[in-house]
Amino acid sequence: MKLTLKIWRQPDASAKGAMRTYELDDVSPDMSFLEMLDVLNEELNEQGEEPIAFDSDCREGICGMCSLMINGDAHGPEVTTTCQLHMRSFSDGDTITIEPWRAAAFPVVKDLVVDRSAFDRIIQQGGYVSVNTGAAPEAHSVQVPKDAADRAFDVATCIGCGACVAACPNGSASLFVGAKITHLGELPQGQAERDGRVVDMVAQHDHEGFGGCTNIGACTAACPKEIPLDVISQLNKDLRSSMMRGR
Amino acid sequence: MPDTTLTSDPSHDRPSGGSYDDAAGFYTLGEPLVDPKAPEGPIDQRWQQRKFDARLVNPANRRKLDVIIVGTGLAGGSAAATLGEAGYNVKSFCYQDSPRRAHSIAAQGGINAAKNYKEDGDSVHRLFYDTVKGGDYRSRESNVYRLAEVSTNIIDQCVAQGVPFAREYGGLLDNRSFGGVQVSRTFYARGQTGQQLLIGAYQAMERQVKAGTVTEYTRHEMLEVIVVDGRARGIIARDLVTGEVETHTADVVVLASGGYGNVFYLSTNAMGSNVTAAWRAHRKGAYMANPCYTQIHPTCIPVSGSHQSKLTLMSESLRNDGRIWVPKNKSDADKDPRDIPEEDRDYYLERIYPSFGNLVPRDIASRAAKYQCDDGKGVGPEVDGVRRGVYLDFAAAIERLGRDAVESKYGNLFDMYARITGENPYEVPMRIYPAVHYVMGGLWVDYDLQSSIPGLFVTGEANFSDHGANRLGASALMQGLADGYFVLPHTIRDYLADGPFEEVPADHPAVVEAEKSVQDRIDHFLGVNGTRSVDSYHRELGNIMWEYCGMERSEDGLKKAIDLIRTLKDDFYRNVKVLGAADTLNQSLEKAGRVADFFELGELMCIDALNRRESCGGHFRAESQTEDGEALRHDDEFAYVSAWEWAGEDELPVLHKEDLVYTAIEMKQRSYK
Ligand SMILES: Cc1cc2nc3c(=O)[nH]c(=O)nc-3n(C[C@H](O)[C@H](O)[C@H](O)COP(=O)(O)OP(=O)(O)OC[C@H]3O[C@@H](n4cnc5c(N)ncnc54)[C@H](O)[C@@H]3O)c2cc1C
Ligand code: SF4
Ligand code: FES
Repeated sequence: MKLTLKIWRQPDASAKGAMRTYELDDVSPDMSFLEMLDVLNEELNEQGEEPIAFDSDCREGICGMCSLMINGDAHGPEVTTTCQLHMRSFSDGDTITIEPWRAAAFPVVKDLVVDRSAFDRIIQQGGYVSVNTGAAPEAHSVQVPKDAADRAFDVATCIGCGACVAACPNGSASLFVGAKITHLGELPQGQAERDGRVVDMVAQHDHEGFGGCTNIGACTAACPKEIPLDVISQLNKDLRSSMMRGR
Repeated sequence: MPDTTLTSDPSHDRPSGGSYDDAAGFYTLGEPLVDPKAPEGPIDQRWQQRKFDARLVNPANRRKLDVIIVGTGLAGGSAAATLGEAGYNVKSFCYQDSPRRAHSIAAQGGINAAKNYKEDGDSVHRLFYDTVKGGDYRSRESNVYRLAEVSTNIIDQCVAQGVPFAREYGGLLDNRSFGGVQVSRTFYARGQTGQQLLIGAYQAMERQVKAGTVTEYTRHEMLEVIVVDGRARGIIARDLVTGEVETHTADVVVLASGGYGNVFYLSTNAMGSNVTAAWRAHRKGAYMANPCYTQIHPTCIPVSGSHQSKLTLMSESLRNDGRIWVPKNKSDADKDPRDIPEEDRDYYLERIYPSFGNLVPRDIASRAAKYQCDDGKGVGPEVDGVRRGVYLDFAAAIERLGRDAVESKYGNLFDMYARITGENPYEVPMRIYPAVHYVMGGLWVDYDLQSSIPGLFVTGEANFSDHGANRLGASALMQGLADGYFVLPHTIRDYLADGPFEEVPADHPAVVEAEKSVQDRIDHFLGVNGTRSVDSYHRELGNIMWEYCGMERSEDGLKKAIDLIRTLKDDFYRNVKVLGAADTLNQSLEKAGRVADFFELGELMCIDALNRRESCGGHFRAESQTEDGEALRHDDEFAYVSAWEWAGEDELPVLHKEDLVYTAIEMKQRSYK
């Protein structure tokens, strides 16, 4: 296939960025989207132009490192991560626009790379169970109903990629926060700190500059792990009940 | 057939006299390693004894002790959390943008633990026994026993953290059996066990960041160890965003930097996985042990073109119902497999290994597929002139069990396959090929997980100690967490009881030297201005490694590989093209440093493989096979760990042998028939 690529180039966080256009021939439909960019980078290197910086690591849809707005969609047209998107989703002659995640809380580092450390700081505010190593009771001392374990697992599959934020017109990270609140809230181990957790994590979320949720649903549509929208209702419910209990 | 104790081996086909050495001229022999520091006494009491003997550090003093941990995977994340809780002052480093993205996240299958919840005869001793045997008697007995012993605590810990393991309807944890083991001891969280375990460790670590005991340095790459008066006292790291070369000193350094399978370029590892942290330590005096031990996984999605950047693993469980075959006639390679009649198909595993069929062990299945493709019978796209794929056919299973049953068993794997290949595996047979997946070699450590540099500890896949020559599924995750949660925190305190050590001034010659060596390398790569990209060298190195130091190795092949690597490396230093600047995010520059280290590691892997003229685990030496073409071990000559010392630029590496002594277990020869 032959493609026209419009790609955001920005030398560093403080520089002004701009779209640049590149032509690429010989793209195989079997390539992943990132392999297509690898090929472009090889060509750029050859021509003496600095390769385009973008994030990736596992390249199998699980680490959450890859990002990219592709034709305006977070992770592109399919419900998957950018690294698992393949060029057969495009057609010969297509023009593809590639930009970094856009959100005030995710500043651009360079080209297509953004800084998502705000997510780590949200987890630091209670996205865990406080149990010291070695202090754990025997695993079978607490039973967990299978439904609860399954639900906890489903929402714990969030990979922290940030597509939900990038897709949201308000730049809200409510889906990400809701997923963690729900994961730990479903399990007996997460109960003791449940009230404080939601208050502190939401406070950090706001402090980082993520926007509020107005129930648009763009987040869940873009989420490669199909985290359901009801984790946000759970988040709000937990927040209300913790307020009522005076936390 | 039962295992038979090896007494002699009839097919030893080497020149007689006992002094024949394939690797002569490639290394020098050093002193044997005699004391791995395991306590004496009955094997089930050694760890208790060691913990008791390890000195204590009082809580007020812990705050004054600085610990550097490189790596935030299962091994590093769990260690950072635990040492932080204990009150040490921890600095944690990773090259990704978040600790949660370490490569451990990708592990699928599960984690073993001797909980015996199924009451099916499991025990610490049985897990120990299975692991030593699965490692082909090339791991250290006392370490493996300890691993089995603490395995049960790992599950308790993870459950308490909220790791959502699979449960039964009664609310208790579910187990499955994995990797040819006869008991159900594998705990799992659907096909994403690694992710859930890592998130648990990550959250525990982030809790300590909030508590102020752990400081995290993301997008930082460690590029040197600082060794002062023979002790590891810090690291040089590059801030990958600003390019700044930073010095971090500490009382002790822990490397939890993962494996080096990416020396093969194509592997199931994350793109950034590399050997740099371990290799830089090696050059400063840490021995590299058993570097040639690589595990190759038979059921990966094959390469589709020369653009390919990595390979994806699919669970081995597929071999339970899929039948593996290739066309008998090379001319059928391009045909729709559904149009190839039964009589023109070669179900080669069922033919050669009638009793195991498609379920032969990993290394045999892998090698057999390679032979078919080398012979021109491979299927799928031609890459560099060869088709590297064999069919894994579910047609018979679908007919026997029905499509729904197959879908409920393997649906997610089928979907993944369809996404990557664009083919529908319910209709057309899947294509599979082996890929590099895990390395058992790594930096040499003693029982305390301390390397040959005092004050430098090594955990997880970065060390060598627990897996020997082969690895059973679900034991690497176990090792990472055992090391980080339960082993290192005890052994490191004994070391730290002598601290805090004297402050290392910023202008100390060891610091200056380390900084300069980092800076020189950066300047070199940016200054060469050659014609070839870093990736093109990496790809070529990977081809050499795969061809000659992959599934099957021979003396001639390995010698050829060493030659090829040296020539390519020379060219790399003179002709690589790295654009951009040093003081910014520069991914080509990062890769250049990693590939430079892969060159040196690759050469040592070949030398190690050359020295080991026996087949063991995934390491198949063509010169050492039974009459039926099966792997043949030589316990009489090779029951040792090869620990390699760096002797300097352009010097031959020095081989130190650590004899493997088994007191609690008897060495047996494996049999596949
Ligand atoms: C696809 C796949 C499936 C697997 N499935 C299983 C399974 O089912 N069961 C099982 O037991 N095992 C499995 N394994 C093996 C297992 O996942 C690994 O052996 C294990 O996770 C390694 O953990 P680790 O903590 O040692 O290293 P990693 O998780 O690889 O972490 C390495 C860390 O070091 C950091 N790092 C590396 N170099 C540097 C540097 N120079 N500077 C700074 N930071 C650095 C990285 O950023 C990262 O944080 C699988 C492996 C693969 C590839
Ligand atoms: S909720 Fe979905 S989109 Fe958001 S970070 Fe998690 S996985 Fe990514
Ligand atoms: S690179 Fe890991 S999810 Fe895409």
